[in-house]
Amino acid sequence: MEELEKDLHLDKALTVIWSEIHCLHDDIENLEGYVGFANLPNQVYRKSVKRGFEFTLMVVGESGLGKSTLINSLFLTDLYSKDYPGPSQRIKKTVQVEQSKVLIKEGGVQLTLTIVDTPGFGDAVDNSNCWQPVINYIDSKFEDFLNAESRVNRRQMPDNRVHCCLYFIAPSGHGLKPLDIEFMKRLHDKVNVIPLIAKADTLTPEECQLFKKQIMKEIQEHKIKIYEFPDTEDDEDSKLIRKIKEKMPLAVVGSNVVIEVNGRKVRGRQYPWGVAEVENGEHCDFTVLRNMLIRTHMQDLKDVTNNVHYENYRSKKLAAVTCNGVDATKNKGQLTKSPLAQMEEERREHVMKMKKMETEMEQVFEMKVKEKKQKLKDSEAELERRHEQMKKNLEAQYKELEEKRHQFEEEKANWETQQRILEQQKLDASKTMEKNKKKGKIF
Amino acid sequence: DLYHSITTYGEGARGVPLSGHVGFDSMPDQLVNKSVNHGFCFNILCVGETGLGKSTLMDTLFNTKFEGEPTQHNQPGVQLKSNTYELQESNVRLKLTVVNTVGFGDQINKEDSYKSIVEFIDTQFEAYLQEELKIKRTLHSYHDTRIHACLYFIAPTGHSLKSLDLVTMKKLDSKVNIIPIIAKSDAISKSELTKFKIKITSELVSNGVQIYQFPTDDETVAEINSTMNGHLPFAVVGSTEEVKIGNKMVRARQYPWGTVQVENENHCDFVKLREMLIRVNMEDLREQTHTRHYELYRRCKLEEMGFKDTDPDSKPFSLQETYEAKRNEFMGELQKKEEEMRQMFVQRVKEKEAELKEAEKELHEKFDRLKKLHQDEKKKLEDKKKSLDDELNGFKQKKTAAELLQAQTQQAGSSATLKKDKERKK
Repeated sequence: MEELEKDLHLDKALTVIWSEIHCLHDDIENLEGYVGFANLPNQVYRKSVKRGFEFTLMVVGESGLGKSTLINSLFLTDLYSKDYPGPSQRIKKTVQVEQSKVLIKEGGVQLTLTIVDTPGFGDAVDNSNCWQPVINYIDSKFEDFLNAESRVNRRQMPDNRVHCCLYFIAPSGHGLKPLDIEFMKRLHDKVNVIPLIAKADTLTPEECQLFKKQIMKEIQEHKIKIYEFPDTEDDEDSKLIRKIKEKMPLAVVGSNVVIEVNGRKVRGRQYPWGVAEVENGEHCDFTVLRNMLIRTHMQDLKDVTNNVHYENYRSKKLAAVTCNGVDATKNKGQLTKSPLAQMEEERREHVMKMKKMETEMEQVFEMKVKEKKQKLKDSEAELERRHEQMKKNLEAQYKELEEKRHQFEEEKANWETQQRILEQQKLDASKTMEKNKKKGKIF
Repeated sequence: DLYHSITTYGEGARGVPLSGHVGFDSMPDQLVNKSVNHGFCFNILCVGETGLGKSTLMDTLFNTKFEGEPTQHNQPGVQLKSNTYELQESNVRLKLTVVNTVGFGDQINKEDSYKSIVEFIDTQFEAYLQEELKIKRTLHSYHDTRIHACLYFIAPTGHSLKSLDLVTMKKLDSKVNIIPIIAKSDAISKSELTKFKIKITSELVSNGVQIYQFPTDDETVAEINSTMNGHLPFAVVGSTEEVKIGNKMVRARQYPWGTVQVENENHCDFVKLREMLIRVNMEDLREQTHTRHYELYRRCKLEEMGFKDTDPDSKPFSLQETYEAKRNEFMGELQKKEEEMRQMFVQRVKEKEAELKEAEKELHEKFDRLKKLHQDEKKKLEDKKKSLDDELNGFKQKKTAAELLQAQTQQAGSSATLKKDKERKK
């Protein structure tokens, strides 16, 4: 009931504020030459409030480092309570990844907060690959988003991607453990990693300083990329950011208990020797963390997740799909295209290749046909020639025969003529003889 | 990107009370800071016949002199000319692109007039889609050229919409936010104007043209938006000339019978247009373009290319499956083409071989025939030769016989003669 009233009250307040802005607006309107697109930020503001916000925060670290307590302190709520016990209350044998979603409202702004816990991390004797379930979780959220983004019918795209990972370092005072280094190295390309020194109230300020220096040195040595604050043009902001950078990694203390100190009610841890106040900047860096994580850089954490980590995941995934095991170096230039454009280009290349193949085949074909035709022609010519020769031969023979006959005919004719003459002579002679006989001249 | 997370907030989340000020109520401010640092961009398309004052209105709205010469009426087709300007007001930077339709309504045959406009709008969608589909993409620094608002200029005839207007708006209403305005409305009297507006609105409704509605879902602006929706189409007058009214210089058009003041709400709806287009709903126009018009374009394009969200069994596809399926289909297609070509060649080779074999066979047959002929001839010749030889032999024989006979005869004769002689001699 109280909640509802609070909301209504806030809504009313907001409406009042809006109308005030509008009035102010009218005043500004009368300023000469005012176009009004300077009002765009207000429009963006208005729409974002209506839409609401969401944020997914992952906490990783061994049990007993006060992760749940810190979350409760950060968000000033009992995220983990009797009804919804935190992971520390549950004994895990293997690393789990669990998420709790809560809806919180403040100043008219709604935030859907998802806390991702990793109970069991680093608690086993053999912690090899204990980061794998974490990586799998982050990747699966990227995959969900990628699939949702790639659908033909895109409606609501819930963003469950992990925007920030708070990594809890045990306050040993010495340096990073091998597990710390291994985890951060494996995750710095997938999520914004913010390392924290947990339970910092067990370190004196000097010990803490040394510890921080050592950790940062090791982080640099191992080339671990922790979340970096973006540069701003604003001088004041730059100064603040430099101050924060000097304090990294932030040493935090959390508490679920409110204690009275000097008349003030503060969250803190009561010791016989005093109270370690959570929100006291001289006691720990909790306030710095909260300001940075929630009040100033929450949006940037989301942006870096979206523009850098997610895009990395996406381009790797798509490159794998389209290249299908082809040599990666060959395809470096093709990453600037969409898989579809790439297929289009491959199609064009293929068409050209086929054309070339076609012309080659055509050439070979033509050549072979030409050869064969030539052969045929040659053989035809040869046969023709032979035929001609035979014909000529025959003709020659014919001519010879003709000649012979002609000769023969002539000879025959001659001889026959001769014979006839002879015959005639004979006949004449015999006639004469007859005559003579008759005449008696013949004896 | 602002639009990347259209969330289902609060779903499956339980509400918990806060025992103090956490500070996430600064989120809207963080978001605003980011977008102010990034700068804004807005793209307006002005569609209307030549001479309706499109350029002048843009100059008046944005209080600046945009470049460009007034166009002539002799354009062969409709062209789209776009210009981009960097404007700044207070700390807000705006990259404004104004696209003008040049030559709209000037042709005798206006059937294809809308086509170049639709093409232009689609081209901007396509460019964004291509960027979105790239493997390595830079969406957050992409210069968005998609048209966020289309001001449709209606000629102030006072009667009704022209058929060109209806046709064009119908083609555009699913692609862009259309805000119809009555141009040069100082040519219409107030009573005529009311009738004109009613006529236009009813014609739009009866033709099913969806114009942009100022959103009424946000309580803070619902009232003003809903009122303004009732004033559409806005009757505007544009002017960059200033006239002294009272002790101020105001933008106006001076006539012998009076002065039309651009920013006087009694004279025209210019102020309403500016309020709605720029001061209240600019962000919503951008959002609608992205979440409605662009999504529609994208969906159609992907479906055209054969993408589906579920396989034949209605199970959802993962992106990987979709791409792999597409790729396999694609590779299969290519292989099939290759196979087909090869087969075709094999076929041709076979055919040609058969052809040539046929030709060879024919050739051989021909020569076999010739050979036979030749053989016949030869035989004939042989026969002839033989007969000649026979004749010759016969003749020889005859000759020989004759000669023999003759010899005999001679001998006999001679012997007879001899005998005779002998006898004589006796």
